[in-house]
Amino acid sequence: MVTYGKGLRPLSIVTAILLAGGLVLALFYAPIDADQGFRQKIFYIHVPMAITAMGGFIAGGIAGIMYLRTEDAKWDLRSYTWIHQALILALGALITGSIWAKTAWGHWWVWDEPTLVSFLIVFLLYCTYQPLRFSIEDRDKQSRYAAVFAITAGAFVPLNFMAVRMAQSLSHPRVLATSEGGLPPEMQLPFYTMIVAMILLFITLSKYEMASKNARAQIRTLRRRMGGDEGPQRRSAAPSLPATTPTSPS
Amino acid sequence: MRHAVIALLRKEAALELRTPQVIPAMALFSVITYVVFHFGLKRNQLEGDLASGVLWVTILFAAMLGIARLFVSDREEGGFDAFLLAPVDRTAMFVAKAISMFSYLVLVQVIAIPAFVILLLGPTPDGTQALNLVAVLALADLGIAVVGTLVGALAVQTRARDLIVPMLALPLLVPVIIGAARASAPLFALHATALPGKWLAVLALYDLVFGLLAYGVFDYLVED
Amino acid sequence: MDAQPALDLRGVTRRYGERVALADCTFTLDAGRTLVVFGPNGAGKSTLLRILATLLRTHEGTAKVLGHDLKKEGWKVRGHVGLLGHDPLLYKDLTIRENLRFHARLYRVPEARIDELLEAVGLTVRADDQVHTLSRGLVQRAAVCRAVLHDPPLLLLDEPRANLDPAAADIVEPLIGAASGRTRVVTSHDPVGGLVGADMALGLQAGYTALLEPAAGVTPEMVGELYR
Repeated sequence: MVTYGKGLRPLSIVTAILLAGGLVLALFYAPIDADQGFRQKIFYIHVPMAITAMGGFIAGGIAGIMYLRTEDAKWDLRSYTWIHQALILALGALITGSIWAKTAWGHWWVWDEPTLVSFLIVFLLYCTYQPLRFSIEDRDKQSRYAAVFAITAGAFVPLNFMAVRMAQSLSHPRVLATSEGGLPPEMQLPFYTMIVAMILLFITLSKYEMASKNARAQIRTLRRRMGGDEGPQRRSAAPSLPATTPTSPS
Repeated sequence: MRHAVIALLRKEAALELRTPQVIPAMALFSVITYVVFHFGLKRNQLEGDLASGVLWVTILFAAMLGIARLFVSDREEGGFDAFLLAPVDRTAMFVAKAISMFSYLVLVQVIAIPAFVILLLGPTPDGTQALNLVAVLALADLGIAVVGTLVGALAVQTRARDLIVPMLALPLLVPVIIGAARASAPLFALHATALPGKWLAVLALYDLVFGLLAYGVFDYLVED
Repeated sequence: MDAQPALDLRGVTRRYGERVALADCTFTLDAGRTLVVFGPNGAGKSTLLRILATLLRTHEGTAKVLGHDLKKEGWKVRGHVGLLGHDPLLYKDLTIRENLRFHARLYRVPEARIDELLEAVGLTVRADDQVHTLSRGLVQRAAVCRAVLHDPPLLLLDEPRANLDPAAADIVEPLIGAASGRTRVVTSHDPVGGLVGADMALGLQAGYTALLEPAAGVTPEMVGELYR
């Protein structure tokens, strides 16, 4: 049986160190922006969150493809978890983006920033993932449909980003630099550190979630084997790991 | 596969002709929405960006009605099983349903566009603009049909079908609204200018990507 | 062709989440024979039929239907199976004839066959009435036409005599009965009537096989035991 708990402690420690280190670098090492002052530093949290969330959604889509091809419940669990974590990070990206907009321009929301707008659309779309899963009772069907959603939405993310950018390109020039090139060297170190830290955070939290679900599934299987049902299955949006075929009743 | 698609289309046509529900509802919905916009925006005439926006929002919301109904008769009357038992390619259902949805949109627009021109549009478009508008409509309708079929199939198996459809379809169709609205705005302007080609390219790319994707995953949605 | 059994199942298992719908089902059935399946509701009868119809996939075990392995060549089986379930699989707003035409086109069956079948079940008069105007018995007759339209060598019948009065049951008998020469799997709740015309009997309980015998050796009392 697959365990997800391997190497979790060293991973968590490394993640914590990198996150702390990145934040320290961002706060003290990186230069203060000439126009926007200290507040611009939220960029070091907002952009890595956004990039990681995007990556998470696309990874969820790829896991969906793998699930449809292999029908291995492990991929369904990965798809569910990665989308779940990416959604949380996307919410974080929206909140930090909003704070940044408020401090930079005095409004809690600006339509001119295409990243922010794209994220709002993507966030709204993925908010339907869990309700969709929950509303399908048959577990096999639920996993399959969720995979189709993950693939569709995953393909949608880059398309949407592109379309929104094109729509806004006529108004403001882009204010948040997300491309790798064009960053002065003093900003590069904290920026890249934060990106790596965010990705590690995503992976660590995902592993925690998968390990927890896996453990719960194993406990449930053991309970069943030891005696009797635990009653009717409660409807759930979370993927279930398959039990092994029980032996015939005597 | 072609004979299966034709068989399905004939069945769809027979059903809709027998009890016309979807097309009249969508058409009526469009016209009443124009009235609502008139009062909501407090405007007698629209032009340019605003006209384009109102038209496309109306088309999009009318499409939600069609998408929600697309698979209902099959689901309720065991049509899926009947189709799944037959020795035909399952993707034929996707093609047939997408063509149906596209046809619904076109037929509704035959009423909805003239109604829009009469009720809300300020400047009257000339021949070239009308043709350009048809091009935009064709590409946008194709995108709506493809994504609508996918979402309709996803939603019909859930218990909250009519809630899930707009929640899924509207975000997915945002690029279509962007492309279609931006492309039609110059056609409705007071001093009408040419159609910006890049938005047609965006629509075409969207249609291609989602068309291929839906074609690939649809099989997994129909089987039990 | 004659040497191979029409149905060959080994250890077929199907789950719904963590519940087992059909467990370790194993039997063979020769061509032209009839298998009757008994069992209380939820025992797995419908699941078995749907697996044989290629509508459901198996989670474990192998199933060969008409010589084709379901996992690898399931699609080849599809045109050779007729399913008559609880759902008539007919669109209510269309007429019988329109429904049958739809199926005929899907299976590439000539339209003359439709008239032939309507005649055989006595529905020619009502053929152009919408399905929702018909009584349950007539709908079932129409469903029988749909099931045998493509002359399938394998018939899967889920309580076929439900909703049919005795006269109608006699009318459809040559099409779906033992005399039709088709291989048949029939589910039944009738311990006496179900054994008539059957060659083998399978009894299911909560997905597991509780009884598997040639029908001649099965008494109605043994069937009754399944329901206790």
